[in-house]
Amino acid sequence: MTNIIEIENLSKEYETGFWKKKKTLALDGVSLEVGPGQIFGFLGGNGAGKTTTIKILMTLLFPTSGSAKILGRDISEVDMHRRIGYSPENPYFYDYLTPRELLAYFADLFGHDRSKSKAHIDGLLTKVGLDEKDWNKQLRKFSKGMLQRVSIAQSIINGPEVVFMDEPMSGLDPIGRREIRELIADLRSNGTTVFMSTHILSDVEALCDEVAILRKGKLAATGKLDELLVAEGRERTFEIIMKSISKNELENSLSGIAGMAIEEHPSGVTVKVIDENDVDKVLAAARKLGGRLISVNIVKQSLEELFVQETA
Amino acid sequence: MSDSTDKSSLFSRIFSIARNTFREAIRDRILYNLVLFVLLITACAVLLGELTDGQEARTIVNLGTNAILLFGVFISIFVGVGLVSKEIEKKTVYAIFAKPVRRGEFIVGKYLGLSLTLLVNTLVMAIGVALALLYVGGGSLISAAMGAVSLIYLELLIVIGVAILFSSFSSPALSALLTFFVFLIGHLSSSLRDLGESLGSAVTSVVLTSIYYLLPNLSLFSFRTEAANGMVANAQMIAGGALYAGAYVAVLLSLTVVIFSRRNFK
Repeated sequence: MTNIIEIENLSKEYETGFWKKKKTLALDGVSLEVGPGQIFGFLGGNGAGKTTTIKILMTLLFPTSGSAKILGRDISEVDMHRRIGYSPENPYFYDYLTPRELLAYFADLFGHDRSKSKAHIDGLLTKVGLDEKDWNKQLRKFSKGMLQRVSIAQSIINGPEVVFMDEPMSGLDPIGRREIRELIADLRSNGTTVFMSTHILSDVEALCDEVAILRKGKLAATGKLDELLVAEGRERTFEIIMKSISKNELENSLSGIAGMAIEEHPSGVTVKVIDENDVDKVLAAARKLGGRLISVNIVKQSLEELFVQETA
Repeated sequence: MSDSTDKSSLFSRIFSIARNTFREAIRDRILYNLVLFVLLITACAVLLGELTDGQEARTIVNLGTNAILLFGVFISIFVGVGLVSKEIEKKTVYAIFAKPVRRGEFIVGKYLGLSLTLLVNTLVMAIGVALALLYVGGGSLISAAMGAVSLIYLELLIVIGVAILFSSFSSPALSALLTFFVFLIGHLSSSLRDLGESLGSAVTSVVLTSIYYLLPNLSLFSFRTEAANGMVANAQMIAGGALYAGAYVAVLLSLTVVIFSRRNFK
């Protein structure tokens, strides 16, 4: 399977200060591969290098070292940009234009036929949930959420094979977020690869097939979300919920289990153990004490926990 | 993709950027300066006749062409320096360069858009001068005035190029200042060269002669006083000016593209 995005040892160093003597490493040897037809989540704290990476891929910044390919072609090949889309973080557009005019302008840049693009533009504006009464309003009158919708519309105007979205949910209300989430899922259904940076972890959990986590410009973790959350060395626990038994009774008969925690609640207890073999010990002890099993669950590390662990 | 297809889309992209730049100028009400110009030229036509003792046509050409230059230079500098810097500052270039648009196409498109804006501006002002001349019975000076206006427009094309070049690597305020200096020195460059030769110092002579050759010789486009005296700029003069302006603008835009192509958008 050919990768859609291939990033190899990408670094970016900024020279700051009046004499440009102070150097800041924004991106430090990042290598990454993204396969086709998936939603790829690009995570990291503020200043981790997410936007820098996307800007390099969009040729807005030049890397200090390393290389990157999109759709098998070097990012410096301008013609490759016919096949990609980009929705920037905090989208900025010409505020004297209306959404229709902006999209018509961008359609022109792709060489689309004006007579045919009008219906396409209206379709896109409908798709991103922009109210028809706003289609002929100047963008300077738009809220952040409305601009975000316009931004997503312009990013898919050329029917791209891969779309780069930098914080696409930023500024959207819960309904807007849900609509855009559905739109992104639709893109994947149609075979479009989505490379998305976001801070909203619930969106990542709901949408992304694979993720990469950046920490201070370096790649801290990458892989399928499910695998990352239960990867070896990362904590997962077994949660045993029982009733008709007390915490004290259980504690007395279960001494010596490493990492065990028992919580008491009105109807019974919840026991948490790390080792799978300890589950049987807990169940045997509870049975002897007359306790009744309600459930045994594997509790995976949450994405939030993983995120905090990798970015802290 | 064949070469011809690629070329046609290159021109269509430049044309789209130029058209959008023109639309921006219109919506930013840049052409409102025309209202001021019309008021000025009308007042001149109606009032000055009584004060200039039958020299009203000459005064209209003088005042009209100087006003066209002044308004034009003002727009060239202040809109010109913002053409690129505003796009960077407002981050509107982000979405543009993610599309199949080369940085050179963007610069040329922006340049052509402002050139078109100034063409419309200059044409409307020129029509205003012609109407004022007809009103005072000075129709015979119209062709002289139009010749001078053509040369002014060519001069403005150079000023826009200078403004874009400076704005590709410095702040808008500094770019405006530098462009204004180039405009001023450009009108004095012949005198500077003569001064260098007359001073006798080899170093001064080399410096001033270098300035003469490096900066645009804008005095080539000054024909306002002659036009007021009824002299008509001949086709050879205008063609020569157009050639000089074309070559100078090509160099300015090439330099701008080289600088702009290396720029990071943080």
